[in-house]
Amino acid sequence: MYNYNEFDTAFVQERNRQFRAQVERRVAGHLTEDEFKPLRLMNGVYLQLHAYMLRVAIPYGTLNSRQMNQLALLAEKWDKGYGHFTTRQNIQYNWPKLPDLPDMLDALAEVEMHAIQTSGNTIRNVTADHFAGAAADEVADPRPVAELIRQWSTDHPEFQFLPRKFKIAVTGSENDRAVIKAHDIGLQVVEQDGEIGYRVIVGGGLGRTPMIGKVLRDYLPEQDLLPYLEAVVSVWNLLGRRDNKYKARIKITVHEHGIDDIRARVEENFARIRPTFGGIDQELFQDIKTAFAPPAFRQENTAVFETAYKTDPIFRSWVDTNIAPHKADGYAIAQISIKAHGQTPGDATADQMRVMAGLAEKYGHDELRISHEQNVILPHVHKSDLPAIHAELKKAGLATANIGLISDIIACPGMDYCALATARSIPVAQQIANRFDELKLEHDIGDMKIKISGCINACGHHHVGHIGILGLDRAGVENYQITLGGDATQDAAIGDRTGPGFAYDEIVPAIERIVYAYLDLRENPAESFLQTYRRVGLAPFKSALYEQDSAYAAE
Amino acid sequence: MARAFTPKVITANALIEGDVVYLDANGAWTRDLAEAELFTDEAVAQEQLLFAEAQTEVVVGVYLADAVASANGPEPTHFREDFRRTGPSNYNHGKQAEGLVRA
Repeated sequence: MYNYNEFDTAFVQERNRQFRAQVERRVAGHLTEDEFKPLRLMNGVYLQLHAYMLRVAIPYGTLNSRQMNQLALLAEKWDKGYGHFTTRQNIQYNWPKLPDLPDMLDALAEVEMHAIQTSGNTIRNVTADHFAGAAADEVADPRPVAELIRQWSTDHPEFQFLPRKFKIAVTGSENDRAVIKAHDIGLQVVEQDGEIGYRVIVGGGLGRTPMIGKVLRDYLPEQDLLPYLEAVVSVWNLLGRRDNKYKARIKITVHEHGIDDIRARVEENFARIRPTFGGIDQELFQDIKTAFAPPAFRQENTAVFETAYKTDPIFRSWVDTNIAPHKADGYAIAQISIKAHGQTPGDATADQMRVMAGLAEKYGHDELRISHEQNVILPHVHKSDLPAIHAELKKAGLATANIGLISDIIACPGMDYCALATARSIPVAQQIANRFDELKLEHDIGDMKIKISGCINACGHHHVGHIGILGLDRAGVENYQITLGGDATQDAAIGDRTGPGFAYDEIVPAIERIVYAYLDLRENPAESFLQTYRRVGLAPFKSALYEQDSAYAAE
Repeated sequence: MARAFTPKVITANALIEGDVVYLDANGAWTRDLAEAELFTDEAVAQEQLLFAEAQTEVVVGVYLADAVASANGPEPTHFREDFRRTGPSNYNHGKQAEGLVRA
């Protein structure tokens, strides 16, 4: 993976030194909150409901064991012994105290991490497919591109005061695991006539006004990437609606001007900018690519794995659910669920982080990934090591076999932590997971993505959940709206609203009614919820949700 | 016609710790909603709000929050304020862990 050069190290240290002085001036009363707030936000420090919150970037979701161990140290030393992995491949600490934050940032810098541009109207942490570099279906590892964009966008002088935040995601596969169509810019690495290039998608986003991204360029040559991105962002930087925060994102700009108008402006700008890129970016890109060379995969038979798979049903269930195909022979991608039934989605304790770091170091070529689905991945493990890995995960409460199932829920922090939230998300996720675990139905239900947001900003991606849940404040009471049929993949779709929302104590039974309706409606067990929904539409689910409800009420 | 004034407390987050605090009857900050002063007179509430907002070296984000009187002092009327005075519902962290919740 990429290692900081002298410039990177000096830059982060200097920023940390500046922030330490800013915190000291704030505590001493020389800076007001109005003056301090933009400075702390530039360094990922929010003030939430109960405490400050530090958001740390995990660029393209990649960590090594040393970094994961350091995240554990932060959790233990300055927080309450855990961290929360988010849908943006960040980790959040929920309980730091203001005077400790500079020390936390220095500790992060020791392992080449920081919180710069995890907030504010800048280009945020660049996210990527969490199977990057390992997926059997990928054209190329998207992380070198993501790293190039990270370096270009970090402290980019033109893009520090954008109309609003700006999010870029990259995938190297046709099968999109990075939700690129719900980002301001989504990039897909593609191959055309033997040459690598990018499909550029623009104007996607969730939040108050959900939009699926549109293709801006079907094929962009590799060497044109940065000048082209600069053209896109600068077009929006001038056109974006600074008069109205809710209309400031590029999705609205694209929607209001039309994709053809935006494309014409981008191409014109690109023609102007292109000559200013003299090729240094491409030299840098070559160095970055070298840093992401695949590890030396070993050749070994997988007999140990086959035996364990045949003889141990718990191991077999975990393999069937949590393992994904790897591009190298004999290797697998192991997904570690941090969604044990009843636990907070995305939370890992310091001890669990150390176990995962240890496994990566011992069996996984020292690599870990954080997924936008709030799980942890060991991207490169030899199948013969899977039984040992599974055994260690079990001891740490990390062997839940539920990836992609109904209890593998995305949930934002919601009103348990977030100052913007209008309702809670976490307890709803906990109750749904527990309920379907009790019913022993989740393997029968199969592929099911429930995504929960505690406000319309949609950090929990509810619009693209097969079942989406949006928590709102209706006349001073928590109320949950349901959407169905959303899809976060290459076939991205925004879910359809079912109708009136449900109270906090009604939402789990409502989800249960939808699931039972699906089990009745599906043609066979191989037809997934999403396939059934696409075949039969909203109506039968709506009637299961509302008519059964009133039928019960009438009894 | 202006809406009738409903009773309120003055709340904020502490600058250093970031946790929730309330203004008490002595003009000091308390971490316990039960010890907060409940304002029933709008003019007094507004005056105290200005006093509280001026304390930028101690607190952040000062505002008036609806509350009602009870035998245990002011009680929140909205669930958001209930979470603020209690802590998160997924862990026993925050005020509930510090013995500051009496409800």
